[in-house]
Amino acid sequence: MTTVHSPTDAVLAAELAGLRASAPASLLPRTLVAVGLADAYAAVDSPIGPLFVAFNGLGVAAVEQAPDGDAFEAAHVRRTGRPAHAVAALPAGLAAAIKRRLGGDRRARIDLDLRGRTAFERDVWTKALEIPRGEVRPYGWIAAEIGRPAAVRAVGTALGHNPVPLIVPCHRVVRSDGLLGEYSLGGPANKRTILASEGLDPDALESLARTGIRYVGSDTTKIYCLPSCHAARRIATAHRVPFRSISEGQRAGYRACRRCRPGSAVAA
Amino acid sequence: MDQPTLLAALADDLDRAFEGLVRARQDRVFSIALRILGDPAAAEDAAQDAFIRAYRALAGWEPGRIRELRLDAWLATIVVNVARTSGRRRGATAARESLTFLDELDHPSGATTETPHGHLARREAAAAWGVRLLGLPERYRAPLVLRHVDGLGYEEIGEALDRPAGTVKAQVHRGLGLLRAALEAEGRAEAPIDVGTDGSNQSSTTMTQPRPRLQEVPR
Repeated sequence: MTTVHSPTDAVLAAELAGLRASAPASLLPRTLVAVGLADAYAAVDSPIGPLFVAFNGLGVAAVEQAPDGDAFEAAHVRRTGRPAHAVAALPAGLAAAIKRRLGGDRRARIDLDLRGRTAFERDVWTKALEIPRGEVRPYGWIAAEIGRPAAVRAVGTALGHNPVPLIVPCHRVVRSDGLLGEYSLGGPANKRTILASEGLDPDALESLARTGIRYVGSDTTKIYCLPSCHAARRIATAHRVPFRSISEGQRAGYRACRRCRPGSAVAA
Repeated sequence: MDQPTLLAALADDLDRAFEGLVRARQDRVFSIALRILGDPAAAEDAAQDAFIRAYRALAGWEPGRIRELRLDAWLATIVVNVARTSGRRRGATAARESLTFLDELDHPSGATTETPHGHLARREAAAAWGVRLLGLPERYRAPLVLRHVDGLGYEEIGEALDRPAGTVKAQVHRGLGLLRAALEAEGRAEAPIDVGTDGSNQSSTTMTQPRPRLQEVPR
């Protein structure tokens, strides 16, 4: 029969004190990301090549181009003050939502971390989200739609500061003269590539704009649209009626399309 | 970092100081969760959840209230509650929290100067005590973990568990008694090493004996 040893309280207490453990190295970054004091990031494919997407417990915080992860991390901490931790892939739900959003599903829910942004910026970005894939709207259209028709230049600035390009489709906002204009994510060539990937013909759109045509009507419905409006693109060539201005359309007895609301573009 | 310094920093600028709080208290919060739940992954989730709750609470408080906080008892309250809820939930679902995508940030922490053998032996002994602790009824386990694993005082534990300090003291005492009983029960189970006539050691099954289930016996 073995002796059954009976440890004292002090011995037991010492054994229990030996049960203190070190937290896993992942606990700190996970916690900071969850509360939004740090971000995690992964690369995702896009029409203009791999993009870095940074996110935290509040939502997606940044979409950026960078030569590599190190360059992205350095730029990210400079811009936001938050460190970015690389992860192999976005969380499955977020990855799926981004894929749906880029594929044109505007209802795909993607939370955004927009701390420190102004109400005006949020209004501009929220309005940009309404522009369907494969279509564009002038800066002035956004300004009019958010009730700030004189703030066209500020709309351009806000779009330039969009921290989450592609997710908020600022590439679908173009100059009021119909030319594509600037793009914050790597310049105008990228804007052209992205719009082309969405089924728009940027060259045709700009050619039309250069001839002074701003609207396209249908002589069967007597409705006029912005040229990239889904409805306008379905008008058969024989029935297309170009207009240089809204008043020209109105004089011809046409009314504005309720979908693309070309009247809002007149603020430009 | 000591409690007043941490609290002053948190009251002054939560976002700047929060990382310091996590660094200073993560081992303690994780250890409490681990010794209540047993599973390291579940314990990490619980510790993370506890810190998230702490952050959100602190974000809504006046600096004066933060400075007067009894930090360690408060953190213990949160992690014990999270661990309890998580322990109950885990029976139904093994689903982990949504932020597990950071799993791959998990590197084995630091090199050890111990020999692999000594390290292993100590780990096995600790694992055995961990298992005995998990065999205790929860009302003894939580006070025991807070008193002897974490090192909180009876008053603070009473605050954390919302029971009188006297009750905590009795429960810690009773818990130690139950641990002692568990050890003695293991001794009796291992005692009769019955070597069969063919020389096979039939008691080898004791290596994989299930976690001891302790019954409360009248004193």
